[in-house]
Amino acid sequence: MIAFLLAQTIAIIGGTVYPVSGPKIENATVLIRDGRITAVGTNVAVPAGATRIDASGKWVTPGLIDGAGQMGLREIGAVQGTNEYTLRGNDVAAGFNVLEGINPASTLIAVNRMEGVTTTLAVPGSLGVPPSGGLIWGQAALIDLDGATIETMQIKSPAAMVANLSESAKDAGGGSRAGVAQRLRRALSDAREYATRRADYRRRQIQDLSASAADLEALQPVLRGELPLIVAANRRSDIETALRIAREYKLRLILAGAAEGWMVPGGIAAAGVPVLVEPLDNIPSYDALGIRYENAALLAKGGAKVALMETTTENTRDLRQQAGNAVANGMTWDQALRAVTLTPAEIFGVAGQYGSLEAGKVANVVVWSGDPFEFSTGVEHVFIRGRDIPLRSRQTELLERYRTLPPKY
Amino acid sequence: MRFVMIVVGLAVTAGCASAGGRRPTSTAPAAAAAPAGQDTTGVGPQYPSTYKRHPNPAVLIRNATIMTAAGQEIQGGSILFRDGKIVAVGTTVEAPSDATVVDGTGKWVTPGVIDTHSHIGVYAAPGTFAESDGNEATNPVTSEVWAEHSFWPQDPQIPLAIAGGVTTIQALPGSANLIGGRSAILKLVPARSVQEMKFPGAHYGLKMACGENPKRVYGGRGGAPSTRMGNMAGYRAAFIAAQDYRRRWDKWNKDHQGDPPDRNLRNETLAEVLRGNIYVQNHCYRADEMMQMLDLAHEFGFKIRSFHHAVEAYKIADVLAREGTAVSIWSDWWGFKEEAMDGIYENAALVQQAGGRVVIHSDDASGIQRLNQEAAKAMYHGRRAGIPITRDQAVRWFTANPAWVLGLESVVGTLEPGKMADVVLWSGDPLSVYAQAVRVYNDGWLVYDRNDPTHQPKTDFTLGQP
Repeated sequence: MIAFLLAQTIAIIGGTVYPVSGPKIENATVLIRDGRITAVGTNVAVPAGATRIDASGKWVTPGLIDGAGQMGLREIGAVQGTNEYTLRGNDVAAGFNVLEGINPASTLIAVNRMEGVTTTLAVPGSLGVPPSGGLIWGQAALIDLDGATIETMQIKSPAAMVANLSESAKDAGGGSRAGVAQRLRRALSDAREYATRRADYRRRQIQDLSASAADLEALQPVLRGELPLIVAANRRSDIETALRIAREYKLRLILAGAAEGWMVPGGIAAAGVPVLVEPLDNIPSYDALGIRYENAALLAKGGAKVALMETTTENTRDLRQQAGNAVANGMTWDQALRAVTLTPAEIFGVAGQYGSLEAGKVANVVVWSGDPFEFSTGVEHVFIRGRDIPLRSRQTELLERYRTLPPKY
Repeated sequence: MRFVMIVVGLAVTAGCASAGGRRPTSTAPAAAAAPAGQDTTGVGPQYPSTYKRHPNPAVLIRNATIMTAAGQEIQGGSILFRDGKIVAVGTTVEAPSDATVVDGTGKWVTPGVIDTHSHIGVYAAPGTFAESDGNEATNPVTSEVWAEHSFWPQDPQIPLAIAGGVTTIQALPGSANLIGGRSAILKLVPARSVQEMKFPGAHYGLKMACGENPKRVYGGRGGAPSTRMGNMAGYRAAFIAAQDYRRRWDKWNKDHQGDPPDRNLRNETLAEVLRGNIYVQNHCYRADEMMQMLDLAHEFGFKIRSFHHAVEAYKIADVLAREGTAVSIWSDWWGFKEEAMDGIYENAALVQQAGGRVVIHSDDASGIQRLNQEAAKAMYHGRRAGIPITRDQAVRWFTANPAWVLGLESVVGTLEPGKMADVVLWSGDPLSVYAQAVRVYNDGWLVYDRNDPTHQPKTDFTLGQP
C-alpha cells in the first residue's frame, strides 16, 4: 500500500523523456496527478490548473533506484548508536526486518535524493565488497526517500531476504565455505521441516532445529519462492554454490556483488538469476581475485539481468557515477539507465508501479539538465510520489552559511 | 576556455632535483629548502633513490585536445616528448623522423595524475594482515618510521592506479598516530624495489593526524592521547624535543667540536621539518582543528604544506589562502564519522575561489583510479553553486597543485617544455564520466596502453590468478 499525501496535478512539459520501458520521446510531456503518472507522450493535454514545469532542453527519467544500501539505517558509520542495520548475536537472523530501524529524519535522505535517487533497498548487513559477517542478515525493505514516517516511506517490506555466502560468512560456518553452505542448507531444511511440523515443534517432539521459530517462520516465503533471497557472493565458486542451493530449494535467488560473475554470466543468465553489481569495485581480495570493472557489462552481455548498487550509503548519490562508469566499461547507456530504474524495480517485484515513466506508475520522476550520468549534469527537479522535492539539505545550508566569509550565523 | 598556442620552444631545463631557495609558495624550482638527496641532517644521505628513466623513443601525440594545466586547452594540439622531457606543445609541432607518432584525434591529453594521499603499497591488496603495513600504531609519535620501508612494489593496486592515469603518488603512513612517519614520493612504475620508484628531487612528507583517530586508538587503550587537548600536547612535546635535537646537531654540523650528538630517528625527522626540508602533510577534518594546527605550526616555526581530507576547509578558506597551506580533499566524501559530517560538494570550489590551493586526493585504492572524475564532480558542483571554476583549474587539482604539495612543481604537473614527460592520453574529455586513460607515459615510458596487452603491466601477485 503506497501512501500518497498530495492531491496535485503537475505537467512536466517539453523535455526529452526517457521512459525506459520504451524509446526516448523528444519534446514530450509527463503528466502527474495525485502522485501517479497519468500520461506520457507528445500529445498530452495539460489540464487547466496544472502546475507546469518547463523541461525544454532537459532530460526526464524515472527516479533512480539503488539496488542496495542502508538509507535510514546508517547515519554515521563510526557511531554505533546511529546504526541499525545489524542484528548481533544471531547468524540466522531471518526474522529480523530492518523497517522499524529506519530513521525517516536521517540527514542522508535529503542529501541523496536531491541528486536523483528516489528509491533504495534498505538492507540488513552490508552488501559492499567485502560484505559484513553473518550468514542470514534478515529482511530488506524497499523505500521511497520521502516521508515523515516509515509507513509513508515504505514500498514493500519485506522486499527480500538477505544472506551471505562470501568469505565474511565463514565464522558462521565453522571457518569453512563448505560449512557455510551446509549451515545455510540446514537452516532451509529445518525451516521446511518446521513448516510441516509446527505442532510437534510446540510440543517439543522434534529434533533440535538450527534456528528459532521466528527465524524459521520468516524463511517460509523464501522456501515458497514468494520472497527473493539476495545472496552476497563474490568468488566464482561461491556464486556457483548460491546457484546450486537455489536450485535445490527452488529459491528465487538474487546475487549481490558477484565480483567474479563475469566468469559465469551464462550460468547466471540461464538460471534466470538477477545480479546487483557495484561497477566501481575492482580491488582484489582473496574473496574475489578476479574482480574487475567490466563485470556489469560482461554480465549484461551474457544475458544476465543486472541492476546497479552504490553501497556507500551516505553517497548513494554516486549511483549516477557508478552507472556512467559501467558505460565507460562496456555497458550500453540504455542498459545502464535500465539498471538503475526498471531492472531493480523488476528484481524487487514492483515493476508494476516503479521503474519507468508510464501511465499508472508512481510519479518518481527526475528532471536533469542533461545526461544523468555526466558530472556536468545538474538535477532540476525531483518528484517522489508526485511531490516536487525541495532541493535542500543540511549540505546546502552549510554552503549558504559559509558561501561568504565570515559566515552568516 | 579555448586557447590556441602556436609553437612552443625546446626543452632545456634540467628536470628533477634542481636547486631552489626557501620559497614554498613560489612556482619556481621544486625544492623549497635544500634539494632532496642533499644532506642536512649531518649524517649523510639515507636510502637514496635508484630511479632510472626507462629508455624510450621520442613520442609525438598529434591532433588532440591538450589541457596543459598551465592555462591552456589547445584544440588540434600536439605534444612532443623525448628522453623523458616534454620538448614542445602547440598546434604546429614537427614530428622528428625517429618519433613514434600517436594519433590523438578525438582524444584529450593532460599531465600525469598525481595523488598526494595514497596508501597503496603500504596497505596493499589483497588486504590481509600480511599486507597491513600502514600504521605503526604502537606509539602516538612515530616520526622514526618511513612509509618506503613498508611499501610493496608488487601491490596489485599499483597497475590499477596507473590505468587511471596516475604517474606519481605520495604513499603515506596511516592516521592512527599524531605523527605517523615519513611519506614516500614515488614514480608509479613497475619496479623491484621502492628505491627504484623514489621520485628524485622530492621532499619527504611528514604524516600528522588530528582529531578522532589518534585519540580513539590510544584513548581506547587507556593511554594518551585520549582527547583533542591530549593530541595537541603530544605534538608539542614531540616538537619541543626536536627543537633541542636540532639545536645540538646544527651546532655540531657547524663547528664539528667533539663527538657528534647521539642520533635519534624520531627527532631527526622532526628536526628536518623544523629546517623546512620535510613537508608536513596533515590529516585534519574540522576547521577549528586546522586552526589549532596552524597555531602549532606558528609556535614551532614550520609550515603545513597541505591539510588532508579537510572536509571543513571551506569554513576557513580565507585563512588557508593567507597561510599558503594547500588542501588535499575529496569531492564528496562525508558522513562516515563525526568529524566528516560537514563535508559539502562545494568545498574545492570555495577554497579555489578564496585563492587557496586545491588538490583532489584519493586516500583510497579505488578513488585513485578516477581522480579526474572526482575533480570534475567538484568543479561542476561548484559551478552550479555559482562559483566560476575553470576547466584548467579543475585539471590543476589533480596535476599541478599536487605537484606543488610534494615540492615537485618545477618538475611535473603541467605540460610545458622542460617538464618531465608524465603524460596521459584520454579517450575523451577527462572531465567526463566516460573518459578513460588510453595511454599513460611516465617519464616518457609507455607504462600503460589500454589497447595493447603488452603494455599493461601486471604485478607478480597477479600472475596466474583468475
